[in-house]
Amino acid sequence: MSESSFSTASNRQFSTWLVWAIALFVTTIFLWILSDIIWHGARQLNWEFLTTAPRSAGRKGGIAPIIVSTALILGVCMAVSVPVGVGTAVLLAEFTDTENQFGRLVRRSLDVLAGVPSIVFGLFGNAFFCKTLGLGFSILSGGLTLACMVLPILIRSTEEGFRAVPSHYRLSAAALGISRTTTLWQLLLPAAVPGLVVGLVLGVGRAIAETAALIFTSGYVDRMPESLLDSGRALSIHIFDLSMNVSGGDANAYASALVLLVLLLLINGTAAWMAEHWLHRRITPS
Amino acid sequence: MSPSLNDTILIWTLRGFAVIAGAIALLIVVFLILEALPVLRQVGLWRFFTDASWNPAEELYNLTPMLWGTLLAMAGSVLIATPLGVLSAVFCQYYAPPRISSLYRRLIELLAGIPSVVYGFWGLVVLVPLIGRLHPPGTSLLAGIAILTIMILPTIALTADASFAKVPPDYLRGAAALGLSRWATVRGVVFPAAKSGLFTGLILETGRAIGETMAILMVCGNVVQTPKSLFDPMRTLTANIALEMAYATGNHRSALFVSGLVLMGIIVALVAAAEVLKPSA
Repeated sequence: MSESSFSTASNRQFSTWLVWAIALFVTTIFLWILSDIIWHGARQLNWEFLTTAPRSAGRKGGIAPIIVSTALILGVCMAVSVPVGVGTAVLLAEFTDTENQFGRLVRRSLDVLAGVPSIVFGLFGNAFFCKTLGLGFSILSGGLTLACMVLPILIRSTEEGFRAVPSHYRLSAAALGISRTTTLWQLLLPAAVPGLVVGLVLGVGRAIAETAALIFTSGYVDRMPESLLDSGRALSIHIFDLSMNVSGGDANAYASALVLLVLLLLINGTAAWMAEHWLHRRITPS
Repeated sequence: MSPSLNDTILIWTLRGFAVIAGAIALLIVVFLILEALPVLRQVGLWRFFTDASWNPAEELYNLTPMLWGTLLAMAGSVLIATPLGVLSAVFCQYYAPPRISSLYRRLIELLAGIPSVVYGFWGLVVLVPLIGRLHPPGTSLLAGIAILTIMILPTIALTADASFAKVPPDYLRGAAALGLSRWATVRGVVFPAAKSGLFTGLILETGRAIGETMAILMVCGNVVQTPKSLFDPMRTLTANIALEMAYATGNHRSALFVSGLVLMGIIVALVAAAEVLKPSA
């Protein structure tokens, strides 16, 4: 009896110790990565870095054209994925029964899409947008490829936004004889905006972090893009290229990584803040 | 009440969008197959597993070393990340004081948001030289496993955390009333109650480990060989596509689409296995 209670006690101590040690370990690694990037990146980072073009393959100079390309790729991605995504989410949440065959098929297909590795999106984008549609290596191809990739995230959180709208909104609107189109535009859409915005922010976060899907769709060219049909280098590809293919590019790779991290932290911070303070609040008659 | 014209237009527009969204997965598979067909017709699928080596310039297409690379890196990282991630979630839910717990959760969420290229870059400039000091060259299976572990840990930690949060509080009160210690409660009550959520997390992290490209490309050395030890450089299927797609033409390009198909096949098999094996909640 005394022996077994002793072993339970030491067991308990050991498990507590283990769980705390793991948490500490994970925290250490995270801080290590973060401080390394900040420490080395901050030394290179200044206004000039953000506003000048790269020179000597990126070893010198800044990242101005790369920021512009990244923004354009994101713009194309969102301009295409938002209407398609929100439209699909509205259909799935508002106009389709859970038993509906078509709705099920679309959901299943989106689940598959969410699991497709990003490099496979790259292959697809290269074959479909660059080759078959003849868009070549361009910002347009890259943006469209990313649009396919962020759709599942966008649809899922927009759909949740619509499902969070209480059902008496719809019943009251129907009882008043308001058409479904008007109900959607005037009532449901405004009420579902929080979910939509969170989805949008998550989608942007995923898209801006992406590298593999862009290497052979939007390409490597680091000049200032003149149209959407020009090839443009995204920030993540710039980091990749500097660290792998350019010797002596580490310093500027650090600075670019810091820029990317800061952008992402801002985006994720916004999403987390919104999810906490905004998503649970519903429009109420005031 | 018959729907108005506006409603009909609206519904058909929405259906149009849904068809587009739903068709993308199908389009991806169709285009992978279309682009892979030329080489599959010429050399057949079998030679992708039996050829002497991977050397597309000489019409040799053996994918098995890269398949091993993918599987070994996946297995290693999942084996390490799963206990770390699950216990991280246990820490959040049952051990940490509320303030630390919410800080730690925020940290894991941030970790999940860091782009793979940044992980890869850090691995390349910090981790690889460290491993290289232990056993040159440093770019190795071990570096790949380490980076993948850090990358997939948030996935399992966050899903585990969410599924622990759903365990009915009555269970915990019952365990407390029986005088169970915290650890005994976690092991005997929480784990069984949350096993379906944990399983989903396992599948998600495995999928992520298989699909990861940039980080693993940057730290693994990319030599086409089946790694014999943890310190051997190796190349994964995903890295192979990313490395060679830029200059591949003809059969070579087509062969890369075959490896894309193989990747999709692994993911589909994983999802199917998940549906069959999924424990009932």
